[in-house]
Amino acid sequence: MKGASEGGTGGGGLLRAEGVAKAFGGVQALGGCTIDVEPGSITGLIGPNGSGKTTLFNVITGYERLDAGEVYLDGTRITNAPPQRVFALGIGRTFQLTRIFSSLTVMENMLVASQHSSRQPGRVRNPLARAGGAADRRRAMDLLDFVGLAGHASAPAETLSYGQRKLLELAYVMVADPAIVLLDEPAGGVNPSLIKDISARIRELNAAGRTFLIVEHNMDFVMGICGRIAVLDYGTVVAAGPPEAIRRDPRVLDAYLGAAEDDDDTG
Amino acid sequence: MSLPSVLRWGSVAALLAIAAVFPLVFTSELVTQIAVDTLIFAGAAAAWNIFSGYSGYISLGHAVFFGAGAYTAGVAAQDWQISGSAEFLLLPLAAAVAAVIAVPFGLIALRVRRHTFVVVTIAVFFIFQLMAFNLAVTGGSVGINAPFLGWDPVTYNNPFYYLALIIVVGTTALSWLIRRSRFGLQLRAIRDDEDRARGLGVRVMRVKLSAFIISAVPMGLVGALWFFFIVQVLPQYGFDPLLDLSVALMTFLGGLGRVAGPVLGALILEPGQQYLTLHIGNSYLSEIILGALFLLVILFLPRGIIPFLEERMTAWRGRAARAPDTVPASPAGEHPAPAARRGTP
Repeated sequence: MKGASEGGTGGGGLLRAEGVAKAFGGVQALGGCTIDVEPGSITGLIGPNGSGKTTLFNVITGYERLDAGEVYLDGTRITNAPPQRVFALGIGRTFQLTRIFSSLTVMENMLVASQHSSRQPGRVRNPLARAGGAADRRRAMDLLDFVGLAGHASAPAETLSYGQRKLLELAYVMVADPAIVLLDEPAGGVNPSLIKDISARIRELNAAGRTFLIVEHNMDFVMGICGRIAVLDYGTVVAAGPPEAIRRDPRVLDAYLGAAEDDDDTG
Repeated sequence: MSLPSVLRWGSVAALLAIAAVFPLVFTSELVTQIAVDTLIFAGAAAAWNIFSGYSGYISLGHAVFFGAGAYTAGVAAQDWQISGSAEFLLLPLAAAVAAVIAVPFGLIALRVRRHTFVVVTIAVFFIFQLMAFNLAVTGGSVGINAPFLGWDPVTYNNPFYYLALIIVVGTTALSWLIRRSRFGLQLRAIRDDEDRARGLGVRVMRVKLSAFIISAVPMGLVGALWFFFIVQVLPQYGFDPLLDLSVALMTFLGGLGRVAGPVLGALILEPGQQYLTLHIGNSYLSEIILGALFLLVILFLPRGIIPFLEERMTAWRGRAARAPDTVPASPAGEHPAPAARRGTP
């Protein structure tokens, strides 16, 4: 459990899950998992199928209630907060199988997320006002431009290809300006040239100060983009550290990379 | 893409003009009676669409609000001994009662989704029908009679026609406002993927419940108006399981979740049904014919008339635009490298 506990208590990293446990029936998906995400980092979360990566995302973002443990965002306890509150507090996430609003247009997809950011406390607003003011639309358009979907803004989202949906999901999560973004397999099922593009976008956002926690099976992608990697196995963090160390850690090789020595050729 | 706005607003204005003069041109009592029935269904379907069409939660319990409106008007007119055209002052009360009932109904039913939600709404509906049959205040199976209106039989239907028209226009305008608002956007996001919407900050229960309550209001209004129109409410007609089926069919036919969809569906189905009933005489046969018609619609127009026409028009315009020069068509379905940007359409 090295690296896992080095943050101390409470407000170590930007996002901190402490001793998180979650069981589904008799299956212990997470067994006292502790993970720290430093502000401004791109942290990778890897592990074999069924090791609890997506479950960890789900308990952090409020989609699953956890059985034990605590979750902190910037020192504030957010354990078991519902998804809409977690999002409002500054955690955006994408899903393993992309989830966009397929009957809405691409722009409308962006505006669903922007409702939150334009909320002003203490001001009653007209509930029937037209969705998306000029500022919201401009920001949405900038983000669509950033991911290369500006030309599709008025197209129905169902006409986008799978890779474009991934980019749209990334864009609308960014609309609300979250402190940290959780990406569940951003490179999964996407063609290599688009993977390069997605990682370039993530790097660019990170350079502007955005923090990422990324679940990904594509080792080239993870090793190339992440400054720190945590390895999950049987619901606990078995190793954490920089990519080079993770690559050589015998426990990791055993748990995950064991048969995959040919992954070592990353540039 | 939607219809060009000139065409759209032009047809809205034309429709309103036709609707405004209709009972002055067609003075037959039979025709105006069918027109009132049609408008009542159009109002009910437009109300239903605000909740079910936008949120995707198919309610088969909206007849609760219709019946509640009818019975509220009936009980209040009876208890307060309201007579004559003063009875129409009870319409806002009927709407308010329907809205109040929608709160606990929604809080219970909206905890579940999809098929379970449909079943719960049916169950709540039958609870209300049973209460109407068994409570003293509703008059049991004898029902309640409306105050007598000593109007000239020749123009008797006209005030009902215009009141119903106001409700339909108002509900449709509200529906249009909602559809383009952030509230409507949240509802349609819920229809596509409720959990994803939660993860983007949408307070789904609040949004769903608000839409449920809003859609109960016109339902209560048309319920009360219907009661005054047919002068009597019986439990099986006030709380009629066929009402929800009819408004659902009308909305599906016109276009679920489209502003004009339910009104268009009602304009086709209700006069069609009445025509068949009149000319075939056997109401069961006419219902079978309508059922068959509906199957045909599901087979050939599964998304409804309005989305179908829009698709046709988009395809036609796309072809027309491509013919003269070589502007690339919509990039839909392609897989371009994200860096290569197309011109905005």
